[in-house]
Amino acid sequence: MSTSSPTHPLFEPSAESHRARSDVPFFLIMGGIGIVYVALLIAILAADGFYLVREGGEGHEIVDSAAWYAPLCNNALGAALADPHIRYSIRLTLVSCTLTAILSLWVAVPVGYLLSRHEFFGKNLLDAILDIPIVLPPLVVGLSLLILFQYVPAWLREAVVYQVPAVILAQWMVSCAFAVRTMRATFDQIDKRREQVALTLGCSRAQAFGRVVLPETKRGMLTAGTLAWARALGEFGPLLVFAGATRGKTEVLSTTVFLELSIGDLEAAVTVSLIMVAAAVAVLVVARLWGSRNFTL
Amino acid sequence: MIAVENLSIELGSFRLREISFSIEPGQYGLLMGKTGSGKTTLLEAVAGLKPVRQGRILLHGQDVTHWKPADRNIGYVPQDGALFTTMQVRDQLGFALTIRHVPRPKIDRRVDYLARMLDIGHLLDRTPHGLSGGEKQRVALGRALAFGPQVLCLDEPLSALDDQTRDQIIDLLRRISRETGVTCLHVTHNLEEARALADVQLLLQDGQVTVSSCLESNHAPAKGANSVPSSPQPRGPSGAVVRQS
Repeated sequence: MSTSSPTHPLFEPSAESHRARSDVPFFLIMGGIGIVYVALLIAILAADGFYLVREGGEGHEIVDSAAWYAPLCNNALGAALADPHIRYSIRLTLVSCTLTAILSLWVAVPVGYLLSRHEFFGKNLLDAILDIPIVLPPLVVGLSLLILFQYVPAWLREAVVYQVPAVILAQWMVSCAFAVRTMRATFDQIDKRREQVALTLGCSRAQAFGRVVLPETKRGMLTAGTLAWARALGEFGPLLVFAGATRGKTEVLSTTVFLELSIGDLEAAVTVSLIMVAAAVAVLVVARLWGSRNFTL
Repeated sequence: MIAVENLSIELGSFRLREISFSIEPGQYGLLMGKTGSGKTTLLEAVAGLKPVRQGRILLHGQDVTHWKPADRNIGYVPQDGALFTTMQVRDQLGFALTIRHVPRPKIDRRVDYLARMLDIGHLLDRTPHGLSGGEKQRVALGRALAFGPQVLCLDEPLSALDDQTRDQIIDLLRRISRETGVTCLHVTHNLEEARALADVQLLLQDGQVTVSSCLESNHAPAKGANSVPSSPQPRGPSGAVVRQS
């Protein structure tokens, strides 16, 4: 048959004349775009560090300068950590972010599961409502919380607004939405059939969820919790409106940066910013190690 | 026995209408049909995992149409096993008994029995990660058989296996059917599996089940067979009753 003959129109032009182009430009472009962004991230952190080393290395007398550990303490970081307001701010930040992450998971697990596994009336509407904290300007979330608490009993308003619970509530309102999205994606990735098998083996829905589904979400829960924690750490707008920025009371690290900037202490603001970066990186690294297969606590 | 009477299922635009068939106690039923014909949907309806629009499903004479999957006492083996990823094989085999609050020593004895029967004793302390396709199917079979189900539903359990492993699992399925007397409904599109295993062969085509062939049963449960302990199977006459609807 002539159909397989090299003279057939199918073989014109000859395949032999084609050579694939080099892959180098492809990787250069892809890598180049990535490197620009990563370099910018590293540059802003390096600039913060450089600023502190150059501007904040002198004039701090935290411990006796004759002591062997004096160089470690008598600097901008030591001064910031010695400030009781900043120490309170660090404590409140750690506590509020951790509580926010835990509360977010408590909501994200059931909501994410229901959205992932079940069809029900109003599901699309619920889906859209859950995105509100993500798309809304943070300041509006705080303002809306403030307005909402005009309609609650006075004792509750006084216990929450401009108090520590307001810090946690404002952080939780936004962080929870991110945790819900993460948990929904986690449940979407878990094969539904394993749950169905558990049902045929004698489980109720709750047993199948608790014994089969939930153990498989460990890494997803860790990611959702970490994301909620990190989001809470960076929250500022709603806190300013709903919890205020009272020193030693509702001051968290993000508000400390704002307060230090507003009184013109750039050095302290940069120092606190770097403390926040260190805290965020530490949480992300610990979460990643804990979530990996080879590491358990 | 599995009896399906005038069963209708609707899932979106997909429909199965007035399906009827029955498989006698201890028989091995093969449900065949093209991809997308609704074999798996029908199997899942029998297992209680898909809602039924109308009609009845009877297991050993009892109408279970609206029962929860947990109450039907059906061993279900989905495609590729769907093993629980965080559990050791030992816990998977004992899972159904743990849910039923069976005492630990009895669970251990049952797990050892299944491990010997399925030749998976060396896998008991492993998680499913890294098990071969054949090993996964053996574990899935053991997990489904552990509580002594009256009916075993298998959804293309051999489709992802190489030829040699497939032959081994076919031998195993034949042995399980013979030794335990469990009534089996096995979904496949492979004619070779049907020839090797079927007491009764059902064909799902254009939303209807017809009998494709009714083979002389050579897998009928042996009298006094060494069954998975707990649910003695009623013995019916050999040969399937299949009605064309």
